[in-house]
Amino acid sequence: MPSSVPLSWYLILSAILFGLGVAGFVVRRNIITVFMSIELMLNAVNLSFIAFSYQLRQVDGHIFSFFVMVVAAAEAAVGLAIILTVFKNRATLAIDDVSSLKN
Amino acid sequence: MDARFIPEPVHLIRFAPELLLTVFATLIMVLDPLTKEGEKHRLGILALVGLLAAAWGAAVAAANPGTAFSDMLLVDGFATFFRYLSILVGVLTLACSFAYLKREQADSGEYYALLLFSIAGQCVMVSANELIMIFIGLEISSIASYVLAGYLRDDKRNNESALKYFLLGSFATAFLLYGIAWIYGITGSTNLAEIQRVLSNRDIAPSVNLIGASAALMFVGFAFKVSAAPFQVWAPDVYQGAPAPVSAFLSAGPKAAAFAIFLRVYITAFEPIADQWQAVLWASALATMIVGNFAALLQSNIKRLLAYSSIAHAGYVLVAVTTHSQIGTAAAMFYLAAYAFMNVGAFAVVTHFARQGERYVNIEDLAGLGQRQPVTAALLSIFLLSFIGVPLTAGFFGKFYIFKAALDANLVWLTVLGLLNSAVAAYYYLRIIVVMYFHEPSESVADLQSPAPGIQAVLWASAAATLILGVFPSWVLDFAGKAALK
Repeated sequence: MPSSVPLSWYLILSAILFGLGVAGFVVRRNIITVFMSIELMLNAVNLSFIAFSYQLRQVDGHIFSFFVMVVAAAEAAVGLAIILTVFKNRATLAIDDVSSLKN
Repeated sequence: MDARFIPEPVHLIRFAPELLLTVFATLIMVLDPLTKEGEKHRLGILALVGLLAAAWGAAVAAANPGTAFSDMLLVDGFATFFRYLSILVGVLTLACSFAYLKREQADSGEYYALLLFSIAGQCVMVSANELIMIFIGLEISSIASYVLAGYLRDDKRNNESALKYFLLGSFATAFLLYGIAWIYGITGSTNLAEIQRVLSNRDIAPSVNLIGASAALMFVGFAFKVSAAPFQVWAPDVYQGAPAPVSAFLSAGPKAAAFAIFLRVYITAFEPIADQWQAVLWASALATMIVGNFAALLQSNIKRLLAYSSIAHAGYVLVAVTTHSQIGTAAAMFYLAAYAFMNVGAFAVVTHFARQGERYVNIEDLAGLGQRQPVTAALLSIFLLSFIGVPLTAGFFGKFYIFKAALDANLVWLTVLGLLNSAVAAYYYLRIIVVMYFHEPSESVADLQSPAPGIQAVLWASAAATLILGVFPSWVLDFAGKAALK
């Protein structure tokens, strides 16, 4: 990270990416895309961690972002498996079709 | 290598429950392919041994209190209380699960391994002393729970439950993480005590609004995990769709652990900004009670009703969190323990009654249970009366201590509205009792067998605990009072 780029730029980019992830989660109707929006949010958080960590001259934020990546990978493994079972039983990936549970 | 980074033996002792749970869960996964079909319940017995070993480990760790691994973990009375509670919920869930898995012909080692992993995650959560550990514990617990919620993978309801739990759970975790990132950026630390020190120093405390926004982002994550309004929408669908013993587990174990980190973060790290978050929690507690209780009035599916009831009870615990006093924390701890017993007991009756494929989950199906199986009906009545908060049950003292703590903290309106709410709640719990005893028996109870031994054990143990806590609350309350965070 060249020192000429101020911290705020990274934080603004991170906030925009996080906002895009939230918007994608709310608006998109395909389960895979919704899932990718969550991954985008996690990566936006990683960017914040790295930027803060650089600014503070500490490694804590770097370590945290590694853990976030590991957890995101585990979540992806479990999440895709869950999405696969839904697809096998319903033959659809439209989130509005997965709504049989109600009173 | 720097000697500081090599863990001392006492650190491993303080981490004993998590280590034992992980070892047993891994052992179960290794032994699973070597175990013949039909013999898989033996792995469940191994899981039970693992849980008992973890309880022993928690006792040994409690005898050596202190921090571990460069202050990452903190083993104090608070952590020990919730470790015992998580392990206990695990034992009760396991006992319910034997009959369920046999009935659904889905007995396999992975169920037991996932249960142990989830409990290991909860133990990490409740003893975490900094935000990285909180995040990791939360995710270990959650990822295992996502799979458990969708355990019967050919069942559409299970699929849907797991999908919703997974998507909304990860979404909420991202908010929690974003809040953590900002807190880290503002304070330069992820250690809770260090964060408190920085935030309470008025000279170096940066913009109050920024801290408030970070605390709010973290609140979104926590509120989701404890199913507090306005982030409670997932709970009814997930609890309705998941296997009945898993619903029992999710609404007692992970929820109690989530409340533990909620309390720890807000009572220690965010104590200096209590004036800001108290108002948010006040509104959330009230909304949670109202949404839970009024939606429960309209339900005809008993699992869904218990889900809304669990939302309402999270609201009562939030009242205790709002007080941010020591007696409020003790009241929350007592309530979570009491709620775990009555809730697992009620779900155990549902597990028994639903029968193969969970066909009978409507309240009307319970008609005539009072004549057909008077003992089961009587035990369910005890749990329901405890949910209402009738004297001589655990629920009474739970509510009593919470509203007393709220009055001491001058939360008069919250107390009044909370009490009105619990009066509303009496209606839907009593309705189940009326259906059981006074409605004409339906054909659904005609072929009902007597409960399996495991379920019977859970029913009797939970009922006994509910009554004992209702008569001698001081046994648990004294422990909670000493362990409560200051």
